[in-house]
Amino acid sequence: MWYHKPDINEELLQSLPNLKVVASSGVGIDHVDLNLLSSYGVKLSNTPFVVSTDTADLGMALMLASSRRLVEGSHQMAVSHDTEYFPADWLGTDLSGATLGIVGMGTIGYKVAQRAKPFEMKILYHNRNQRNKEEESAVGAIYCKKIDDLLHQSDFVLLSVSLTPQTHKLIGKRELELMKPTATLINISRGLVVDQDALVEALQNKVIKAAALDVTYPEPLPRDHPLLKLKNVIITPHIGSATKKTRRLMMENMIESIQAGLTGLPIPNEVL
Amino acid sequence: AARGRCDLALICGAAMAVFVTRRIPAEGLRVLSQAGGCCVQQWDSEEPVPRAELLEGVKGKRGLLCLLSDRIDREVLEAAGPSLKVISTMSVGFDHLALDEIKKRGIRVGYTPDVLTDATAELSVALLLATCRRLPEAVEQVKNGGWTTWKPLWMCGYSLSDSTVGIIGLGRIGQAIARRLKPFGVKKFMYAGSHPKPENAAEFEAEFVPLTRLAEESDFVVVTCALTPATKGMCNKDFFSRMKKTSVFINTSRGAVVNQEDLYNALANGQIAAAGLDVTMPEPLPTDHPLLSLKNCVILPHIGSATYATRSTMAVLAANNLLAGLRGEPMPQELQL
Repeated sequence: MWYHKPDINEELLQSLPNLKVVASSGVGIDHVDLNLLSSYGVKLSNTPFVVSTDTADLGMALMLASSRRLVEGSHQMAVSHDTEYFPADWLGTDLSGATLGIVGMGTIGYKVAQRAKPFEMKILYHNRNQRNKEEESAVGAIYCKKIDDLLHQSDFVLLSVSLTPQTHKLIGKRELELMKPTATLINISRGLVVDQDALVEALQNKVIKAAALDVTYPEPLPRDHPLLKLKNVIITPHIGSATKKTRRLMMENMIESIQAGLTGLPIPNEVL
Repeated sequence: AARGRCDLALICGAAMAVFVTRRIPAEGLRVLSQAGGCCVQQWDSEEPVPRAELLEGVKGKRGLLCLLSDRIDREVLEAAGPSLKVISTMSVGFDHLALDEIKKRGIRVGYTPDVLTDATAELSVALLLATCRRLPEAVEQVKNGGWTTWKPLWMCGYSLSDSTVGIIGLGRIGQAIARRLKPFGVKKFMYAGSHPKPENAAEFEAEFVPLTRLAEESDFVVVTCALTPATKGMCNKDFFSRMKKTSVFINTSRGAVVNQEDLYNALANGQIAAAGLDVTMPEPLPTDHPLLSLKNCVILPHIGSATYATRSTMAVLAANNLLAGLRGEPMPQELQL
């Protein structure tokens, strides 16, 4: 299945008594009820590592686009019929010397850190577990056991956690208020990791400076949603893994998993 | 509406009269206004100084602080007269300065290398990523309702992973870009230019190649060379015809390095996949220019060095270059003519 359709529920599973394996695209599995599947004896696979690079790339792209006001400059200004000239004071902020706080230092989060390093950013991270010394020093990342410490210090807060009951609304009103008023929130994880209403309010009241989101809730956002009207928000339509090469690899992974599942062999990328 | 009128009634002591061609960051202006014996006349506007005002404003001045959008040619130098001793540009590029004429008159020139390298490299990478991952297009789909659901092959872009990156002009900015691209999984760097630069290339194991080979083998072409008679129009029909259909072309050097009509054709005919430009000819590009109609062309309004901190630093450096020149002292950053 691609994305989160069709809905895997009792009705579907009952109508497919011979179902052995569900191969889900992407790494996120928050849309699947694992217990339900397993109660029907159906196995689940995802496509973890293959999406990591493109998603990390997109996280960097969003951070850069936001800090240098690219979308405003390129799209809204360059192609708008109202534009008569480009103002000389189109200023952004440097990544060099700024602090990046990565929330969720898994495969994707770590790749973001690797990419941010040569930009001379100070890198903080918050994770369930601390990474080992070699991994930390390879990217110059400093562990923040408490997320509050990361939020206080970061100029850019990037979310790359998986969506679980523990990370649902991880970033709410309280967390947004802990962030610097000059900070930018970048989300490449799942829309529900953020309390979206609280985010809208925080952006409107300048509690934080800006946001760049590849994920929202729902997707797509209704066209009259306040997030779409805010000048200091960039929203991309969940294109984290959107390169032809990666999508082909995802497809190959999924087929591999299905074939293994059907022949009773161990399933690569099985989610247990 | 442009406001800044030159104060023609301003009486400057002839010793250190300077003309500043635009409103610049306050920190830079402060360096000049706080310097003893320096009398500043300024076109105090965000808009470029009109030609007539420039010719009038430079008359009898000893120093000129200008921007890359000011063409300092023989006409300006003649208008200034023999009093002009120093030109300080708030840029690292100097293609807007008629260096032969300037050198002939014994005028010294200051510029602003190094201080803008990081900001420009960041912007170049930002532009590359925005172009290859189709960010402006994708954002537009979010706003206009084109985004209905996630689809496997929708809005797919190109990845740096396992790619070959070709840099035209492996100078300070070119190197800073290569350094930032490396962890994105670039498999190979190559570069072209007037001569090999092994010290610059070593960090990336970059291979020095002819321009034609760079065009043929690169997945990403990044142009960061100076604009000179040799590089003018260098990226033309022949160049684009050699590039891969899946390749991405990025220019953050000067607009005139590219033959824009040839670029348009290459993009429109699918000869190359996409282009990202921070510089064009002219600047600004007229808003009805064909390049602006292409979905696979991202254009930015020359914001390479546009961060608050960097512009402030550039202004202070340009002011210090100017003062040093006026005092007959070594400049922090003097352009060797």
